[in-house]
Amino acid sequence: MKIQEVIDELKTYDGKPVKIMEVCGTHTSSIFKNGIRSMISPSIQLISGPGCPVCVTPASYIDRLTDFSLKKDHCVLTFGDMMKVKGSSMSLTEAKAIGGNIKVLYSPFMALKEAQEHENIQYLFAAVGFETTAPIYALMLNEMQQKKITNLKLFTSIKTIVPALSYICEKEKNIDAFLSPGHVSVITGAESYRELAETYRKPFVIAGFEGEQILAAVYEIMHQLKSGQYKVKNMYAGAVKEKGNEKARALLQQYFEQRDDFWRGIGIIKNSALKLKKEYEIYDGGSCIHEEREEMPEGCKCTDIILGRKTPGECPLFKTVCTPLHAVGPCMVSSEGACGIWYQYSGKESYIDYEN
Amino acid sequence: MKIDMSYGSGGKQTGDLINRVFLKHFHNKTLNRLEDAAVVSLEGKIAYTTDSFVVNPLFFRGGNIGKLAVCGTVNDLSMMGAIPRYLTAGFIIEEGTELETIDKIAHTMALAAKEAGVKIVAGDTKVVEGNGGVYINTSGIGEVKKGGISISGCKPGDAVILSGNLGEHHAAILSHRMGIENQISSDCAPLTSIVQNLLDSKIRVHCMRDVTRGGLATVLNEAADQSSCRIEIWEEDLPVSKEVKGLCGILGLDPLYMANEGKMIVVVPDNQAQKALKAVQCSKYGANARIIGTIREGDGVVMKTRLKGLRSIDLLYGEGLPRIC
Amino acid sequence: MCVAIPGKVLDIRESYASVNVMDNMIDVNIKLVDAQIGDYVLIHAGCAIEVINGDTAHDILSLLSELQEVRYEDSGSDR
Repeated sequence: MKIQEVIDELKTYDGKPVKIMEVCGTHTSSIFKNGIRSMISPSIQLISGPGCPVCVTPASYIDRLTDFSLKKDHCVLTFGDMMKVKGSSMSLTEAKAIGGNIKVLYSPFMALKEAQEHENIQYLFAAVGFETTAPIYALMLNEMQQKKITNLKLFTSIKTIVPALSYICEKEKNIDAFLSPGHVSVITGAESYRELAETYRKPFVIAGFEGEQILAAVYEIMHQLKSGQYKVKNMYAGAVKEKGNEKARALLQQYFEQRDDFWRGIGIIKNSALKLKKEYEIYDGGSCIHEEREEMPEGCKCTDIILGRKTPGECPLFKTVCTPLHAVGPCMVSSEGACGIWYQYSGKESYIDYEN
Repeated sequence: MKIDMSYGSGGKQTGDLINRVFLKHFHNKTLNRLEDAAVVSLEGKIAYTTDSFVVNPLFFRGGNIGKLAVCGTVNDLSMMGAIPRYLTAGFIIEEGTELETIDKIAHTMALAAKEAGVKIVAGDTKVVEGNGGVYINTSGIGEVKKGGISISGCKPGDAVILSGNLGEHHAAILSHRMGIENQISSDCAPLTSIVQNLLDSKIRVHCMRDVTRGGLATVLNEAADQSSCRIEIWEEDLPVSKEVKGLCGILGLDPLYMANEGKMIVVVPDNQAQKALKAVQCSKYGANARIIGTIREGDGVVMKTRLKGLRSIDLLYGEGLPRIC
Repeated sequence: MCVAIPGKVLDIRESYASVNVMDNMIDVNIKLVDAQIGDYVLIHAGCAIEVINGDTAHDILSLLSELQEVRYEDSGSDR
């Protein structure tokens, strides 16, 4: 098939409305960057699930980081993603402005070097992420053990996507199919969705991140729905194996254990987090204490948005009081959150005269 | 030798700094007089602007803070259809800065000023507590050769030209900060030659704007907003180097939102687009120019994507930071 | 949720490799994969998470050709 044929098929679909949830922020971002919504029938709704680890991280987590950064001879190491997220009083960007010591890294391994070079400083690494990033933290710990680095600790907020998908399948009957996350699947393997597909009788299609790959996956989903199928289909086979990355999975087993966790905007999901095992406690910067439940801000529809019941445009706060600079709800705090992405990329496509 | 607070005292050391560094590099008749203010002659309408520079690191591949300080102000003047004539330069130097650092910066500024055809005719130096930081403010004045060029001048049907590759300044700075090895060089450069060629070719330029902080997306949004029109750009025609694309992939950034320091957009009537494109391409720093889009009725900025979808391009919120997710 | 990009392994020193990502050289931890010099790896947060074929264009073509098959068996392949 040619890509144009795929697009034509999806464009002219006029069957019953279909809801497809993607749970990967990079998919959401790619859907907007490629303008995919403008290329397919309005009856095919692509909705954004809880695919941004930053968005579902509780405010108290940020508070711990900002407090730490402001102590003498302390330094917070983080990915850029976390910088703009509001805690209960301020974001890391704001903490930095009042003297907080915060460094942005793109790799956890850079933290090791930093800690070795400045032994008098206590470092805390904001270890957020999903299954893709977790094994990298395991390698980092491994190296910390070998190099006997003692002035660096991990403050984890690591979520796992399969329990979250299971929660959504259980709670939300109106989602017809899932676009499974490409890079999480590299670690977890295609097999991790089989039980869900069987139990809930829904297609789970693993896709890459190019526009063509997403379109092809949506096409596959439409095909499965049309013929009443509910298969796990790996359409990112160049990177995703049936059993995933077994070395990485073994490392996760070695260093982490599952526990229940709070997802901002959703609540507690069973076994949805990875926590350092007891024997690695000395490397843990206090990860276990952010278990409180938070009230959602009044009027905020993030829960409905994360669960695919509403699109960001349907929230009364969206673009009125809730903007990226003054984020009210969790989905707006990160540029990868459903609302953040909608704010940046959408709104103008709807009334464009579309010509090929 | 390190600069200490005495260099800002106004006494002997201040004089030494001026003589041994600034006069050595910037010398010209007006500046050499060391009066309280420069007295200069200008013709016709003048354009007048100021900008401050706080980049970290001070030195990066393709330039340093001094080159930025000259080019930034020169380019702002040029975008108004003006020929830049005179600059002033104010230095705020943190104690602990090596004199040699200031000397290098001043040397680069002199070269950039020469290339842009401007003279640095007044200056000031202050030393503050700190640890080796340098901040520069420049203001500039130029003679307006073609009036009516404005950010609000875009009209439906006009063509949008971009003078070259996106994101190269930002990419050079980030590579340095993140320790990523590549050959990306800041595009920091004066745009005077491009503007001169456009004016000489008698192009009816509706709007010019240099692409700086916030990247192309920000400039286009400003133009669409001020001109009350929609700007449509075409993804396949946007020039981005392979290296910058790769860096963006590593750090999770978007070239549309990354800063340049030597690129501009030019908006011209459609029937002059090819002529204008040639004029830009024949200029120094304009070889890789492209027609990247068109002005339409409506509002906002949209991009026709590679797969012929439509993406809305909004302003940048907050700072573009490396991210993993 | 997770940004990752392919790159080519140029050199290996114990657990780390020097990887070329479109002419950007970065140090990448390769302990999660069995990578050889010349292999393409998928990199996330400074770590190779899988060895891949490195040719996305080819992947897309084979993906699309696979879709065609799906379409052929379209009639009556209900499960």
